[in-house]
Amino acid sequence: MKTNDLIAALAQDAPVRWRLGKAVAAAMAGGAAVAGAIFFIGIGVRPDVMQAVDTVRYLFKFVVTLTLAVTATGLILHLARPGVPLGAWRWALIAAPALLVAAVVAEMIVMPTSTWGVRWIGTNARWCMTLIPLMALGPLTLLLLALRLGAPRHPGAAGAIAGLVAAGIAATFYAAHCPDDSPLFVATWYTLATGIVVLIGYFAGKRVLRW
Amino acid sequence: MRAAIAGDAGAYRLFLEAVTPYLRALTRRRGARFGAAGSDAEDIVQEVLLAIHLKRGSWDATRPIGPWISTIVRNKLIDALRRRGRQVNVPIEDVIDTLEAEEPPDSLEQRDVARLLARLKDPQRDIVQSISVEGSSVRDTATRLKMTEGAVRVALHRALKALAVLYRSGPG
Repeated sequence: MKTNDLIAALAQDAPVRWRLGKAVAAAMAGGAAVAGAIFFIGIGVRPDVMQAVDTVRYLFKFVVTLTLAVTATGLILHLARPGVPLGAWRWALIAAPALLVAAVVAEMIVMPTSTWGVRWIGTNARWCMTLIPLMALGPLTLLLLALRLGAPRHPGAAGAIAGLVAAGIAATFYAAHCPDDSPLFVATWYTLATGIVVLIGYFAGKRVLRW
Repeated sequence: MRAAIAGDAGAYRLFLEAVTPYLRALTRRRGARFGAAGSDAEDIVQEVLLAIHLKRGSWDATRPIGPWISTIVRNKLIDALRRRGRQVNVPIEDVIDTLEAEEPPDSLEQRDVARLLARLKDPQRDIVQSISVEGSSVRDTATRLKMTEGAVRVALHRALKALAVLYRSGPG
């Protein structure tokens, strides 16, 4: 086959059904819907939510998880588009961990040392480690599908960052259920749960995002 | 390219034809440095064209298309050379070739792509063969194979995806 023949075949397949930006947006919406369905059917918000929304610690969990989802989404859209400079997005992923570290430091200053252990271990660590990865699977799968339209230089890394987005979405729902609000708890168990999703994303991305 | 993404086959063809000599020059220049011979380079050009085709949804239409294309070429070239084991032998003639980037006689690459085509499944292979080498339209191909035009388009799209995977896994 000559190159011109190949071009003839390509030209007949001209229309683009899905563009990357639209596909990623659809994947996030669909992923949030799937995670939300698991959340509302399976676990639901915690019973004392009306009091909880008045506390800084409860609200802060959403600040962290949403920051993670937003920054990772911005980065992945740049990584999946060839020839687009990363610019400030290179540093975007620092935002969520930096917020967490600041909160942990504040918690350690405000709270007496004797309470750290209880706050750190919490009551729900096992649920947290199970439910966040479980609810992240839907968003992660849809995101990886959408990212197949993209062309990331490092498929594994792109998959891992898709894992961060998915974990951010899942953790946002989970945070509404979880009775443990201390930054000490969040920094430990949410981070470990996110790590599981990132690992899955990395290995899945390596396979399905090659091009 | 904007018209092409909206589905204008004619505009898309013109775009691909216009960009191919540039791809060829780029591939030769970068490839020659690592000892990719002439017919190899044309293989890589075809692989890059397929990548541009399959990944065109990742181009942000508000940005210039140049950096998008050259990043794709660079990535594909790195992959292709890595696959070929990067034997570095660069005869000076290859470097001179760079200056006059014409399509080489396609004996070698024809055999390679013919082998890749042979590995496609049947309606797909027939459709690619018909539209590319024989130059028929989608409608004629559909009539001949007693398929709907939509089905032919879907099969063509799948076949091109499959071809890209075959290129990636290397000839043979």
